[in-house]
Amino acid sequence: MDHDTCRSLLDSLSDYVDGQLGDELCAEIDRHLQHCENCRVVIDSLRKTVYLYHVTTESPTVPNDVRERLFTRLNLDEFLDRS
Amino acid sequence: MNRDNKKEEDFSLEALRAGDRAEFARLVETYSAVIYRLAVKMLDDDQDAEDILQETFIKAFRHLKNFDGRSSLSTWLYRIATNEALMLIRKRKNIPIPIGEQSDPDTQIDEPAQIVDWCCLPEEELMSTEAREYMDQAVEQLPPTLRAVFVLRDIEGLSTEETSSVLNLSEAAVKTRLSRARMRLRELLTVYFGARMASHPLAGGPISDAGE
Repeated sequence: MDHDTCRSLLDSLSDYVDGQLGDELCAEIDRHLQHCENCRVVIDSLRKTVYLYHVTTESPTVPNDVRERLFTRLNLDEFLDRS
Repeated sequence: MNRDNKKEEDFSLEALRAGDRAEFARLVETYSAVIYRLAVKMLDDDQDAEDILQETFIKAFRHLKNFDGRSSLSTWLYRIATNEALMLIRKRKNIPIPIGEQSDPDTQIDEPAQIVDWCCLPEEELMSTEAREYMDQAVEQLPPTLRAVFVLRDIEGLSTEETSSVLNLSEAAVKTRLSRARMRLRELLTVYFGARMASHPLAGGPISDAGE
């Protein structure tokens, strides 16, 4: 990664993998990727990194004991649905 | 937040501001899970996360009468929880954490050092229990200011606009920090998964070592 173009594109890669880059910059990166294997690897692994965090994020839950202590701390015991 | 618009409509701000405990209990029931997940990801410690969860709703109850409705209830709760988490991290480490946008060394971008294509590893390897634990630890290695943006955007699924409102940052700053956070995580994951490439010839590892 010592190429000037690679360095100048670093800040845009996150938006690029989100598909949120402007057409011009997006096209510039596409052109660059045709002959820069290192940047292609960086972008692919960045995209995969974001994807992995998205797909492995579990649905939000609160363990029952944590939830009960929360309601108790808030003096809301009477509203606690223990079912 | 968009996916919670329906939830938001369900609450009576008037009742909440008036201290209606049943309505507040419904608010707690609705948002405790996302706030708890945020706290767990920010702190990686169940006890600390529980403390943040409790403090968030204690503060919310105390300040609801002043809630002006300019942001959504969920954004407001995320803001309280994130601030509590950042304060706890600061207390733990006994160092100041810059929350503003100026002179934040944590947002300097690092040039990629790890260039290994690990994307073709099988999904069971990429999503193994061990890999998930490593991914959680990698988030913990992010500086807190980057971690907050990453957790809000990529874990909690808030938009750039919502995240900027939660953290009182410009949208440009949110994007910059998200970019830094993701690039750092990419480095860490590449170290981890890159080391696993060697044992997966079908994924592009050293086939010649195994055969010929």
